[in-house]
Amino acid sequence: MPLSEVRPLLFANARLVDPSRDLDFVGDLLIADGVIREAARGIASAGVPEGTQVVDCRGHVLAPGLVDMRAFVGEPGAEHRETLASASQAAAAGGVTTVVCQPETDPPIDDPAVVDFVLRRARDTAIVRIQPMAALTKGLAGQEMTEIGLLRAAGAVAFTNGAKSVTNARVFRRALTYARDFDALIVHHTEDPALVGEGAMNEGEFASRLGLSGIPRVAETIMVERDMRLVALTKGRYHAASLTCAESLEVLARAKDAGLPVTASASINHLSFNEFDVGAFRTFFKVSPPLRGEEDRLALIEAVASGLIDVVMSDHNPQDVETKRLTFADAAAGAIGLETMLSAGLRLVHAGKLTLPKLLRALSSRPAEILGLAVGTLKPGAPADIIVFDPAEAWRLDPADLKSRCKNTPFDEAKMEGRVLRTLVAGRTVYEYV
Amino acid sequence: MTPEPKSSFVLSRRHLLGIEGLSYPEITGLLDLADEYVALNRQVEKKRTVLRGRTQVNLFFEASTRTQSSFEIAGKRLGADVMNMSVGSSSIKKGETLIDTAVTLNAMHPDILVVRHGDSGAVALLARKVDCSVINAGDGAHEHPTQALLDALTIRRNKGAIDGLTVAICGDILHSRVARSNIILLNTLGARVRVVAPSTLLPAGIERFGVEVYRDMREGLRDADIVMMLRLQRERMHGSFVPSVREYFHYYGLDQAKLRFAKRDALVMHPGPMNRGVEIDSSVADGAQSLINEQVEMGVAVRMAALEALARHLPNA
Repeated sequence: MPLSEVRPLLFANARLVDPSRDLDFVGDLLIADGVIREAARGIASAGVPEGTQVVDCRGHVLAPGLVDMRAFVGEPGAEHRETLASASQAAAAGGVTTVVCQPETDPPIDDPAVVDFVLRRARDTAIVRIQPMAALTKGLAGQEMTEIGLLRAAGAVAFTNGAKSVTNARVFRRALTYARDFDALIVHHTEDPALVGEGAMNEGEFASRLGLSGIPRVAETIMVERDMRLVALTKGRYHAASLTCAESLEVLARAKDAGLPVTASASINHLSFNEFDVGAFRTFFKVSPPLRGEEDRLALIEAVASGLIDVVMSDHNPQDVETKRLTFADAAAGAIGLETMLSAGLRLVHAGKLTLPKLLRALSSRPAEILGLAVGTLKPGAPADIIVFDPAEAWRLDPADLKSRCKNTPFDEAKMEGRVLRTLVAGRTVYEYV
Repeated sequence: MTPEPKSSFVLSRRHLLGIEGLSYPEITGLLDLADEYVALNRQVEKKRTVLRGRTQVNLFFEASTRTQSSFEIAGKRLGADVMNMSVGSSSIKKGETLIDTAVTLNAMHPDILVVRHGDSGAVALLARKVDCSVINAGDGAHEHPTQALLDALTIRRNKGAIDGLTVAICGDILHSRVARSNIILLNTLGARVRVVAPSTLLPAGIERFGVEVYRDMREGLRDADIVMMLRLQRERMHGSFVPSVREYFHYYGLDQAKLRFAKRDALVMHPGPMNRGVEIDSSVADGAQSLINEQVEMGVAVRMAALEALARHLPNA
């Protein structure tokens, strides 16, 4: 983790948005020794510690750094796709100060030694915080549970089977039951693989016209339904990794109303695009679960606004030319997103579909709360993981400018609104837009 | 001297990747040109020179006898140098072979590539990597434009016009590129299109394709002018999509009894190769109402028309 800057820093004249406390006002924020000291109106005039460096934010937004709950990083094993270092560079440029990396590495993160490896590599090479999620089952095979207690003690923030569902309900029930004793969070990808079959995109008229096999919505909903029953039975803490369908939201709402310990994420891709973006077999829009219909996208946005969907994550998944420049059926699923998540989210704010505090809640404070991390807030005493961004600056995305090792962005050449100006982790500037 | 076709139709696009996007004049222009080639192909002297000096490569990632030989004869009759390439998809990953093969072939300066591939969208992907014209000879369950054109030509020559006819397409609609291309083309030309299949062999959203959907074959064939049968792949016959061959034949196989529900002068078509006793009974396939052999003849003419109409648009043409 980078050392904090020696001198205290005062961010003056900022629109301070702290979703953890429902605060949204113009004021100043003082940080020193890597932590937030104070966020209030008129600190600048009231006198600051000697030697304080003052940064004029010129009315731009200052908010907690983003906590990305789902990003695939290729280290160890697929460093050509992404390393912890390159992912952290991309994250910093996108305002993400905590990256929760996924266990689908080689070897998978299913052993405390691998958690330790990732944390040490992150300490030595990454410029933002890296929090590994560990495998829920050994080898991600979905059969035997991993050492949840030891992995948690080693630093795993949650447990997941990655982009695969645990189809064996008995195994999943036991894992939920066992994890409860450690208050461990289980994050589950909800897709019945038998119903997914050979499917490459959302099932429906458009897939039929393209002659592509479809993935029905029920593949997701049936798994969410099953999981809610198992959560009701076990009371284990559960997080749906990536919901995409309006029907799944109904199931989630019933579970939340019943007081079950469930939360859920949606990916920025599913909030930004629908199945028609696949167009003429564009593989950069092949993601898993697939992009759904426009009515699903709108329902997801509404669910983020209402808080039914707790978290918006990037689902960052670097794929290179060899895995994307194939026929649609053969191409790998996945899109990069660390650098574009905030700007893409701001599109929804500019379109009037979300307020800025609600967007930032889903991007920072809620994931931090769910994962039990001290970040995602501007509270005095919290780590100074903060971002300054201009929510309105217009720019065009040039893939060559991306810091990620892979360029598989669905926002290729797209017009973006909103740009990160500065990213700090533990009080140290790790990215500055020049 | 060989008479030249009177039609001077030019397909003002580089590739023929699908029926989707073709306009009414483009479709009828191709059919008119093909119609002239039918007559030319029945003469002793069939050789023409419109593609002289041109190189046509038939690149088939999926095995095919009839389509490949049809394109080969078409190209040769127009004077092109035709090379057949069959690329197996067993050892290496399919997609890598696709792009690599495209780039390699492109370096040899072919003028026209005729491509078949098992994945939807593969031919369009390949077309983006080459400088020549590309004809889609079938991509996955997506499109098979020359098949739809030859079917339309066959119907038009036998019925005079397509506008107002009722065409029943029967069988495995779900996996069929022939069905997709035909639905688009026949709708464009004003036919009433029905699809007849068990629900497991119908794609999602089919009712929004501009077709009437029937699960009962007798109802679906009632008063139809054309009965178009589709092939059912062997691996789909035994429990995965339909329970058995005999049950499928019982409900969806075209025999004389079911055909009697169509108009008395209804005509029967099949893109081939047929599974006799699965989707079609031999007595129908070889019967007086069958156009199946004529379809094969039309295939060569349509492919000549497509090759020529594209070639007229090639650089240096």
